[in-house]
Amino acid sequence: MLKTVSKTGLVFFPAFDWAIDPTHPEREERLLYTQDQVFEEGLLDIDGIVEYKPDMATIQDIRRVHFCAPDEWSVLTESHLISAGGAKTIGIEVMEKRVKRGFALVRPPGHHAMRVVHGSRGFCNINIEAIMIEYLRETYNIDRVAIVDTDCHHGDGTQDIYWHDPNTLFISLHQDGRTLYPGTGFCYEMGGATAAGTTINIPLPPNTSEEGFLYALDHAILPILEDFKPQLIVNSAGQDNHYTDPITNMNFSAQGYAELTRRLKPDIAVLEGGYSIETALPYINVGIIMALAEMDFSRVREPDYQPEKIRQSRETGREIERVVEEVLDCWRKGPETREKYLAGKPFVPRGRSIFYDTDNILETQKENLRVCGDCGGVLSIDSETDTGYHIFAVHIPRKACKACQEMGYQWYDSADAKIYHQIFLQDRTHDQYLVRKA
Amino acid sequence: MIIGLDVGGTHTDVVLIGEDCILRQSKVPTNPSNLFESVWTALEEVTRDVPPESIRRAVLSTTLTTNAIAEQKMVEAAMIVSGGPGIDPECFRTGRHYFSVSGSINHRGREIQPVDPMEIEAIAALLKSEGVRHVGVVSKFSVRNPKHEIVIRDILGNDFENIVLGHRLSGNLSFPRRIATTYLNASVYPVHKKFFQAVQDSLQKKGLNIPIFILKADGGTMSLEASLNSPGQTILSGPAASVMGSLPFSSETDETLVLDIGGTTTDMAVLIRRVPLLDPVGSEVGGYKTLIRSLKTYSIGLGGDSTVRIVDGKLKIGPDRQGRAMAYGGPFPTPTDALFVLGKASNGDVEAARRGIQPLAEQLGMSLEDTANRIFDQACNMILEAAARMIDDINSKPVYTVQELLEGYQVKPKEILVLGGPAPYFAFRLAAMTEFQVHVVPQWNVANALGTGMAKNTCELTLFADTERGIAIAPEEQYYQQVKKDFDRQKAVDLAFKLLKDKCLQEGASESELEMEVLEDLQFNMVRDFYTTGKNIRIKVQIKPGLIPEFRDIAERLFNFCPLPGAN
Repeated sequence: MLKTVSKTGLVFFPAFDWAIDPTHPEREERLLYTQDQVFEEGLLDIDGIVEYKPDMATIQDIRRVHFCAPDEWSVLTESHLISAGGAKTIGIEVMEKRVKRGFALVRPPGHHAMRVVHGSRGFCNINIEAIMIEYLRETYNIDRVAIVDTDCHHGDGTQDIYWHDPNTLFISLHQDGRTLYPGTGFCYEMGGATAAGTTINIPLPPNTSEEGFLYALDHAILPILEDFKPQLIVNSAGQDNHYTDPITNMNFSAQGYAELTRRLKPDIAVLEGGYSIETALPYINVGIIMALAEMDFSRVREPDYQPEKIRQSRETGREIERVVEEVLDCWRKGPETREKYLAGKPFVPRGRSIFYDTDNILETQKENLRVCGDCGGVLSIDSETDTGYHIFAVHIPRKACKACQEMGYQWYDSADAKIYHQIFLQDRTHDQYLVRKA
Repeated sequence: MIIGLDVGGTHTDVVLIGEDCILRQSKVPTNPSNLFESVWTALEEVTRDVPPESIRRAVLSTTLTTNAIAEQKMVEAAMIVSGGPGIDPECFRTGRHYFSVSGSINHRGREIQPVDPMEIEAIAALLKSEGVRHVGVVSKFSVRNPKHEIVIRDILGNDFENIVLGHRLSGNLSFPRRIATTYLNASVYPVHKKFFQAVQDSLQKKGLNIPIFILKADGGTMSLEASLNSPGQTILSGPAASVMGSLPFSSETDETLVLDIGGTTTDMAVLIRRVPLLDPVGSEVGGYKTLIRSLKTYSIGLGGDSTVRIVDGKLKIGPDRQGRAMAYGGPFPTPTDALFVLGKASNGDVEAARRGIQPLAEQLGMSLEDTANRIFDQACNMILEAAARMIDDINSKPVYTVQELLEGYQVKPKEILVLGGPAPYFAFRLAAMTEFQVHVVPQWNVANALGTGMAKNTCELTLFADTERGIAIAPEEQYYQQVKKDFDRQKAVDLAFKLLKDKCLQEGASESELEMEVLEDLQFNMVRDFYTTGKNIRIKVQIKPGLIPEFRDIAERLFNFCPLPGAN
């Protein structure tokens, strides 16, 4: 009888009745062939692989992470609550030690969803990993978390949510933003004033193959994780680095994904993108499940897999080595950068535009962070869309000091209701969320 | 008249059912080393002086195949499997003659790597030289494209007595289960065939030319001829017999928990408005996870004859049975002895029962009566806890659509039906301990045989269509058809119903039994490069398990015993 080495939990939720629209990559058919392969391989019968029914995330779970404008039900569907809930279910099973690791094989994805949500961008509405992590922090008293995003697209949503959080290490490994949506994720994006260094971006050149990914893993990701010492490692397991993916240009494989998972040893993996639904996903997912369970995955491969055909060039290899050097440099510079900010101005503003490609909305944001030596610092966001919706949001971080807490409530109370459609307060110290309407 | 016959572990029960009541019933001891003798004795007894032409059919449920597996008395069939990429097929080895060969089909049913005929010829030669007569052939994704299994069979040729192909047994996905199911079907074939040949020959000799049906693990019947194609379906038909017998007494509007409390085990099943709940994938038997359609049953090692002892100062019941209760001359105290002590049973040696319970009472420092009560209550609690686990398990079954998840259908039985030796006592106590409505199935001692006799045919059929590839296939039925782009879900369901009907009639069902329903009905638009290129359609239809229609309305009355003149 087949047995796993590590007991592994699985939530499989293919949402066979939900699509962004009928021909969109994020459609009913996306996990159909993955289901076929997982069922035919008999993975769910293996002793040590446990399938769970997903819970539904609650509105409170979402408010812990997001400011949804005008409200949650305007920007999401039940399917998003199940997808986030599936990640949460796996998180609970891992924290309760009923399984050693877990994989939320769910859709729709979430890593492009930022703290403020006006709509859908990059097929994402709410950030399913962040919702899970903040639930686990609230329930199980965990503090230091690392997220390793191996989707081909920069995980700009997750980066945004944890930009100012020194206790969350966010590492994104992706195709260079100069050649792919969302066009961000450069090495110099390394976190806000009080969390500089805990955002790590590893932009890889197009056509990176197995050796390139594993090089970046061994030489950058694993050493940085070793330094950071997280209590929990979450893998945003996007699968669009595959050599057959229709919307990206990388040369990764099922064997590569499985090997990466084996070396990374994430506690929790959550599916993100991946749109080569027939020739990649069925094999990658089987590989990832077996790698999490520490089973022999050496025979899991695509029918047309020929490693020599997808091997990266020597120039690509050299470029990756250069990027890894730059990444390590950023990581080392984190502490001194923070010191510099602390010695500088008491508030740091940040202004930017965010485009919601899926829903065609342009948002303009003005952030203001209190540079606090005692906590991540209270944050305010003034956000206005080109459709004319204007909100003001205050985020009091989980471990906020007294001064930041008081300032947060003062900002919330004194915001001018005549200017804004809505004013939000997210008080993570009390798990409390307030909304004022004009 | 109809004969229902159920071979159990200790007794073989048989009934002769008339138009609206039981005409004869009999119980003979089962001889495990000669099941045919037990069946024949029971049949002779119940058909004595009955004109053969008045018997419409005989339905048999036997432990023949189940025992063959449990006791490893089956013929070890050779297996030829082709996996392709994925888990190493070596992990699913069934025995000495197990060959993992080249050839690969993908999830769409496309051929990736052909079969190598030389490789198969070499295996065929080897098997022949070793005198192997029974072979199973399985390829991964053969239910999407059975080509490789068929090619391999054709190469094997006519030199083997029986070759079982995996895709004919179930339309469900699971390569490891397909291997196990094919192996079991091929391995129990000889013993199944021999047994039923003997039954048929003997009946003919006696001039009883009656159609024989076999009870399946899913509570339905199939003709003897059909059973030769899938003898594996008879494995674990035992629990199904009792469940079918309890059907007439279950609620038509609610869900029911059925408890069959025997000597060694208590078997449980769930009925949903008189329809037994099936296992979603297939049964597990003798350590083999299979694709054999079966009732969802759950068994615990607790019965009237379970051994009661004290372990670490605590009362422990079962899971073993060392013999009968002490009240009936057995070696160890049992829950049945507790019933004697409590005065609830009296047709045995009460003193022996008291002698059995006394040492337990002393160790616990309790009175004899309190100890007996404790044993009884603990047994009831164990049953209720196991039932709760089973229902939990049923309710935690994952679903894959938003709609199903939001509907969140949950099984919540409101009543319990109890069968088996100590049924009345347990029913009374269970009713006092819980909120359930608890009833005892009348004539529980022959309910299994009655259930067997009254069960109707069941069938399942899987249809898979892929309009991009232009195909529709029903693997179990060897059905293949080319389809055009306009083939859709409705056409697929209509086709599946037509094929299901043919299949049932072939398996010996009468038209009146064909209550068809759709179990699964999925259609996906296949999109490539932002254009819809076809539809991927998956249909599963079935004939619901239940009682043959002419008996359904009078089933309750049927349980009346109106003995034929001359019966014993």
